[in-house]
Amino acid sequence: MSQDNGMKSGSNLEKVFRAGHLAVTCECGPPKGADVEHLKKKIQMIKGYVDAANVTDNQTAVVRMSSIGASAILAQNGVEPVMQMVTRDRNRIAAQSDLFGAYALGIRNMLCLTGDHQKFGNHPFAKNVFDMDSIQLLNMVRTIRDEGKVNSGDPVEGGVSMFFGAAANPFADPFEFRVIRMAKKIHAGADFIQTQCIYDMVRFKEFMKMARDMGLHEKAFIMAGLTPLKSVGMARYMNRNVSGITIPEAIIKRLAGVPKERQAEEGIRICLEQIEELKEERGIRGFHIMAIEWEEKIPEIVERAGLYPRPAVA
Amino acid sequence: MIVADPKPFQQIRGFLEDYRKILVLGCGTCVTVCLAGGEAQAELLASGLRISFSKDGKEATVLEDTVQRQCDEEFVLPVLERVKREGIDAVVTLACGVGVNFLSDRIGAIPVFPGVNTTFYGGNVEPGLWSEMCAGCGDCITHLTGGICPIARCSKHLLNGPCGGSEKGMCEVDPQNTECVWQLIYERMKLLGRLHEMQNLIPTKDWRPAMDGGVRRSVREHIFRLQYKSGAGA
Repeated sequence: MSQDNGMKSGSNLEKVFRAGHLAVTCECGPPKGADVEHLKKKIQMIKGYVDAANVTDNQTAVVRMSSIGASAILAQNGVEPVMQMVTRDRNRIAAQSDLFGAYALGIRNMLCLTGDHQKFGNHPFAKNVFDMDSIQLLNMVRTIRDEGKVNSGDPVEGGVSMFFGAAANPFADPFEFRVIRMAKKIHAGADFIQTQCIYDMVRFKEFMKMARDMGLHEKAFIMAGLTPLKSVGMARYMNRNVSGITIPEAIIKRLAGVPKERQAEEGIRICLEQIEELKEERGIRGFHIMAIEWEEKIPEIVERAGLYPRPAVA
Repeated sequence: MIVADPKPFQQIRGFLEDYRKILVLGCGTCVTVCLAGGEAQAELLASGLRISFSKDGKEATVLEDTVQRQCDEEFVLPVLERVKREGIDAVVTLACGVGVNFLSDRIGAIPVFPGVNTTFYGGNVEPGLWSEMCAGCGDCITHLTGGICPIARCSKHLLNGPCGGSEKGMCEVDPQNTECVWQLIYERMKLLGRLHEMQNLIPTKDWRPAMDGGVRRSVREHIFRLQYKSGAGA
């Protein structure tokens, strides 16, 4: 990354990073069907407040509009997409084909994931694919971009100038391996990283220190993932049911300490405080705000965090 | 070994409405060890069927037998002769799926029904418990992973370390019962002083030697050719 300042894709997100700004992304979940109007409403909510928006790929293995289709609609409507792609549902033939298709539709950022196991979705009886994992996917798409070869070694017709990203979860186990896994993703081809949502700041800072010690913050743009909590109920639910997420007791107490109707505002305040704290963390190059089914709050969070207006980069 | 679980009794009973002389055939190898389809289970199923038939007023004879292996002609040919000799009109085999196929390929116009569900290649980790340990992928990579297989034992078959669903040593897909295999590999590599190897990228796997390359066969040339030359295959 910073060693060679050569632009990989020319995407808005990449330009914002390379111009030295703190980048802002959010999540935009496609509808559970072909309801384009619903998607367009979400797009209008976030337009102008983020540098790009992640378009999830059947997240938690629940069937939704394809991330390619929804990403193309985002692009047509003025929000740059970060198309997510999981290996759960497609083998290397489909993944490479979808990459070409996405690029042809004007999509310039792609986040490479393995994907949630279908057990968590609405088709737990489906057969999964997992021909490769997220790291192998990164390596494959980077080879397509940088060497012009598909996985078999055959040449690619025409270039694919994409900006590739990966997820990192500093809160899963074994802790000491989490940073090594992020390093593997960066070496395989991740230009940027979006972390799992951060609540345990102590552990996150420890993770970042390990990342800096390995020089990873200079090899990829690391974005801190944040999810504002709507209520103490949501906090308790996530703590209990989402693997790899631990919400410290102090946060739960703080939310429980305010009346129900003010908990959402308290959740946003916590999120804003996290952003302020993380602005000072060396190696953090932006924020990935995952407001789950709460996209309407993105403008407010971005503005109150002092991250608005978003930079116009050429 | 190959692990199997008994099929529900009512399902097996449902296969047999049209038959009058039924052979329940156990297998003396894998399914005996995992207590799904050996001699004891064959006896149990045969008596269950007899009771069920007599309760329903169905006239049928249920015979039982168990051979050493149903995946080998040496043991299967005598069964085929018996089926012919005694006019048996249906076989329920308690062998793994290999046994069902092996018999069906050789038995002619007699139906062979499965009495077990074949599940996986596993080991007996404690009394009464078998766990999956090999996926038969045809190109073993456990030299890279401390002898522990992530293809068989990771819910997502990941080859480059644990996903975000590894928590306190357990897999998010079944946190009560399934250990995160990448936690196990991590501990094992640490124990072996090989932790640094986990930084290496394991590239995309060639799945041809697994089922994805088509139906597989295994040849021992020195024996195979010998038989061919002697005319046994002609």
